[in-house]
Amino acid sequence: MRIMVCVKRVPASGGAPQLTEDGRGIDTRHLSFTVGPHEECAIEEAVQLVERFGGSVTVLTVGPAEAEEQLRFAISLGADHGILVEAGPDEVDPQATAFALTEAIRDGEAASGAPFDLIMFGNESPDAGHYQVGVRVACALGRPIVGGVKGIDVDPDAGRVRFRRDTPGGAEVFEAALPAAVAVREGLNLPRYPSMRGRLRARKAEITELRPHVPAGGLRRIRLRVPEQQRPETVVLGHGASAAPAVVDLLEELEVV
Amino acid sequence: MGGVLVLVEPDGGVESSAVALAFGRVIAGGLGELLGAAAIGPVADGADDALPALAGGHGATHVHHVRHPLLDDYSPECWGEALAQLVAHTEPRAVISPATARGTEVMAQAAARADLPLATNCLTVSPDSRAWQLSRIRQGGMLIEDAELTAGVVMMTIAAGAVPPDDAGPTAVSTSGTAQVVSYTPEFDTSFVHSRVVDRSAQESGVSLTTARVVVSGGRGVGGAEGFLPLEELAKLTGGAVGCSRVATNNGWRPHRDQVGQTGSKVNPDLYIACGISGATQHWVGCMGAKHILAVNTDPDAPLVTRATHAVIGDVAEVIPAVVEEIHRRARRT
Repeated sequence: MRIMVCVKRVPASGGAPQLTEDGRGIDTRHLSFTVGPHEECAIEEAVQLVERFGGSVTVLTVGPAEAEEQLRFAISLGADHGILVEAGPDEVDPQATAFALTEAIRDGEAASGAPFDLIMFGNESPDAGHYQVGVRVACALGRPIVGGVKGIDVDPDAGRVRFRRDTPGGAEVFEAALPAAVAVREGLNLPRYPSMRGRLRARKAEITELRPHVPAGGLRRIRLRVPEQQRPETVVLGHGASAAPAVVDLLEELEVV
Repeated sequence: MGGVLVLVEPDGGVESSAVALAFGRVIAGGLGELLGAAAIGPVADGADDALPALAGGHGATHVHHVRHPLLDDYSPECWGEALAQLVAHTEPRAVISPATARGTEVMAQAAARADLPLATNCLTVSPDSRAWQLSRIRQGGMLIEDAELTAGVVMMTIAAGAVPPDDAGPTAVSTSGTAQVVSYTPEFDTSFVHSRVVDRSAQESGVSLTTARVVVSGGRGVGGAEGFLPLEELAKLTGGAVGCSRVATNNGWRPHRDQVGQTGSKVNPDLYIACGISGATQHWVGCMGAKHILAVNTDPDAPLVTRATHAVIGDVAEVIPAVVEEIHRRARRT
């Protein structure tokens, strides 16, 4: 199987985000970067599928030059190739991101003469959370795509894949023909940590760099702000087991016991 | 043509559909346009009147009921294509849907197929002749983004919990009664590429995390899978559900389905009891919608303790069994 995994460089989430002085972006000077948890699961799943069925995993990103770090991280986990579409330091809107990814995938498929069997995305990025880039790429390429997926069952010989996802009332299973696309969620698997050998391989791996012209889409970020939050004065009900009566008083007050 | 179109989910989310309709009504009123609704696929048996009543009750004059054999069960591609065709057919100024998982997926499919931008998880929207101004949720709610949307047809999803704007004076929309149902049938090529549902299962019985009045959640401080037993007992006594932090699922103590947080479920109970959870951002955005938060933690400076309405400083393994015992003691007394 040939699998393409699309990832995004995002700030590692920790405490409250600090904004730049003009409010146009996040102050990234003291941040480390990562790929989101959904995408980590996408990489892990792709590597597991190739371990089982053979083939190769390519990771693709659109972002600043530094996003090379995230490609090398994916390679350290077992991906084979990395492609960076360099788009400068500013955040790219979802239509433009999808355009750039689609072009890179088309180039890759034209070069090998065959489509990627499976194109994988995280369900949404942890920072911008547009929930649409994967769908746009899949539509442009004429592939089926299911989102929110927490289980993948591929039958390469039959050219078929099944996707399982949770719904508010239970679960549903979709079937699609290969080649297909999927947007996955954390919980799909437990991602591995990079091995020492993987790290060495990642350091030496060659990253393909592309710099296409990417037209801007219709959604433009003006500024970011921190929502007003009511910080209540915390009422300490007590310490240890002796706090139990005060806790049950609260439960009674809220009429939940 | 023109108007404002709201995609409603009569089966899945009456409440979220109502919020989207309320947004649509104010936007339509401000623009002097008619408000219409759209529903895709079959309506549940006996709910034939629910759809026009839901839409009409929020000021919609008409409901497009989109039907086709390919829409009889849910398929993201088919539903999205159907909405894209309806948009091309009716040429609305704006299309709005609730930001539910399904609403978002269908809107993304339709936007991609119509080559239109889409703003998801919007909190506020104001139409403008040049570019629409909107604010939307980022980073699970830790940040708000102010943005401009320029498009022939403005497409957006309304965040759960967004407050509909006040009705702005006299409007072009009707205010009561039921909406007229208009059937619409999209066309599909025989080779139309799509996924389809082949199996569907209902969740095991029990209180659902996202609708529970009480959520008892555990994290690192619970110490292991067995440590959740007292939490389950407390959940049972309060009619609540058990949740957990990312640490608990990553260690295999709980299934991922129970995870509260940015990559798990967002909950909004009356009371959230956070046991041994320090409260990283990823977790906080999942539980910040709770009316009351009781944090039980050995560390009085843990972020969740400082953000909680109530706190008990202590070990979960001592505090929660004592609370369970106190509930039993009071029950025996009465």
